[in-house]
Amino acid sequence: MAASSMLRRCLRNPRVFSSCAPSPLVHDRFSRLISTLVLAEHEGGFVKQSSLSAVAAAAAVNKEKSVSVLLGGSGPSLLKAASHAASCHPSISQVLVADTDILLHPLAETWAELVRLVQKQGSYSHIISASNSFGKNVLPRAAALLDVSPVTDVIEISEPRLFTRPIYAGNALSTVRYMGEDPCMMTIRSTSFTVSACSSDSKSSEAPISKVDLSSFNEASFPKSRWLKLASQESERPDLGNARTVVTGGRGLKSAENFKLLEKLAEKLGAAVGATRAAVDAGFVPNDLQVGQTGKIVAPELYMAFGVSGAIQHIAGMRDSKVIVAVNKDADAPIFQVADYGLVADLFDVIPELIEKIPDKK
Amino acid sequence: MKVMVAVKRVVDYAVKIRVKPDKSGVETGNVKMSMNPFCEIALEEALRLREAGAAGEVIAVSVGPAQCADTLRTALAMGADRAVHVDSGTVPVLPLSVAKILKALVHVERPGLLILGKQAIDDDCNQTGQMVAGLLRWAQGTFASKVVLDKESQTATVEREVDGGIETISLDLPAVITTDLRLNQPRYATLPNIMKAKSKVIKKVTPAELNVEIKPDLEIIQVTEPPKRKAGAIVSSVDELIEKLKNEARVI
Repeated sequence: MAASSMLRRCLRNPRVFSSCAPSPLVHDRFSRLISTLVLAEHEGGFVKQSSLSAVAAAAAVNKEKSVSVLLGGSGPSLLKAASHAASCHPSISQVLVADTDILLHPLAETWAELVRLVQKQGSYSHIISASNSFGKNVLPRAAALLDVSPVTDVIEISEPRLFTRPIYAGNALSTVRYMGEDPCMMTIRSTSFTVSACSSDSKSSEAPISKVDLSSFNEASFPKSRWLKLASQESERPDLGNARTVVTGGRGLKSAENFKLLEKLAEKLGAAVGATRAAVDAGFVPNDLQVGQTGKIVAPELYMAFGVSGAIQHIAGMRDSKVIVAVNKDADAPIFQVADYGLVADLFDVIPELIEKIPDKK
Repeated sequence: MKVMVAVKRVVDYAVKIRVKPDKSGVETGNVKMSMNPFCEIALEEALRLREAGAAGEVIAVSVGPAQCADTLRTALAMGADRAVHVDSGTVPVLPLSVAKILKALVHVERPGLLILGKQAIDDDCNQTGQMVAGLLRWAQGTFASKVVLDKESQTATVEREVDGGIETISLDLPAVITTDLRLNQPRYATLPNIMKAKSKVIKKVTPAELNVEIKPDLEIIQVTEPPKRKAGAIVSSVDELIEKLKNEARVI
């Protein structure tokens, strides 16, 4: 079955045909046909950290170092991001730029059409994006347009079509094999694919940048949605998804006012602030700080939970942290079952003491 | 305007699940099952739209084995007008197949709005709503925390929970909306309504009758337990905690 679909691909795409025809080994031919597309996001002229994780995942699928990165939008920040993409990973062989105002905002209808168009032009074997609100919104829609089942939130790639992903809020791990037609589509959990530091001086390995042919990309044929606004909380603290240290508050903090105390501790540690659903629902902090099954998944070096009971849905979002510290008055709180260091005490005594005694971060 | 709501029967959110010893899946026999929490929110939103006069009939649909009828009965008790059960037997159905089934039902029922939960808490896929929107070529508003319908302009304004905060978009109807946790607080079914629900109709169809072929293109190789964390230590003071973090864990 694999061989016949390969043959069809070869016939469709003469370039692939010429590269795979001379090979005597079927297995070898298969590996040569792996070409991966990463659907990437950019901000302020740089490819986002989560998209770089998707590139790292693509490199794990693709030993042939032929990863294409797709960027969309318009204006100088798109061009700057394209040149960042071109030199940020040795596996990247091509940067595709979709330069149009239609793609300025992250609307699923237009982006999914773009993915379909680029797949038609490039016949990729894999399409990968980060499992964040952008990837989760766009990739399944694009997969439906291409009539394939996508895989959500991959944490391990064992073979090009064999993946592991968490189910039941991370309480079980499911290993799945993709059996369908190309492309194999997935979103990856960023915290499971580490990005090596991007060296900008490696100009020698710069990938070519080419523009996507958008002549058939017709806005009039898309279902209509309009982007109105984004209300974001400006914060000087590190991004929750990538922070090395995260301090989290739960219902035990009692008020938005008390969260300021936690923020002071975060400042001292150079940490990001997270929250439980209870804290968000009570209005202590905005929803984008929620850590858990339905919020953000984090895996920092140090995770400090204050006044957090440790419900299944919260643990799902932080169980892969290196070191977990829990401070809670209730010695029976389930959070202590996953904590490396637990302190049974009143957080209103502990936090000020920590702020006073923790050595300053340079 | 009719509203269609898709609901899924899943292991109750509070149950601590167990992986089967043969690694074929998660134990679901003799385990409490409930309506997926995000689906409850989807149904509540449809009911509120009807109560506000923005929507007419609310139709609940579920795809799965015979026991899904219980979930649909719950939906009827909460206030759905009628229900459709697509009996897929015991075969597992992937989101792409569910999306194709929902698309076929949309062609039968002609709703102006399709509301789903943003994800099922068992497979954690977060795909079905996006996929059915793509198949129907309708606009999509995922992870909704607020929905406002405008009858005159035939649009829905949706506030979405995204990574950076709250994004607001406007969708032309018909559209697909998937619900986030903060959209609303679902109601409880009262006893009189549970009694009333018994006389409401659950129509039963099969995927074959809808001309949908269930073709799984993902094979589950195995399901395992996640690696256990090693037991931690209880410290007695802030000083001891700082000392351990500095010298033992070396994280500060």
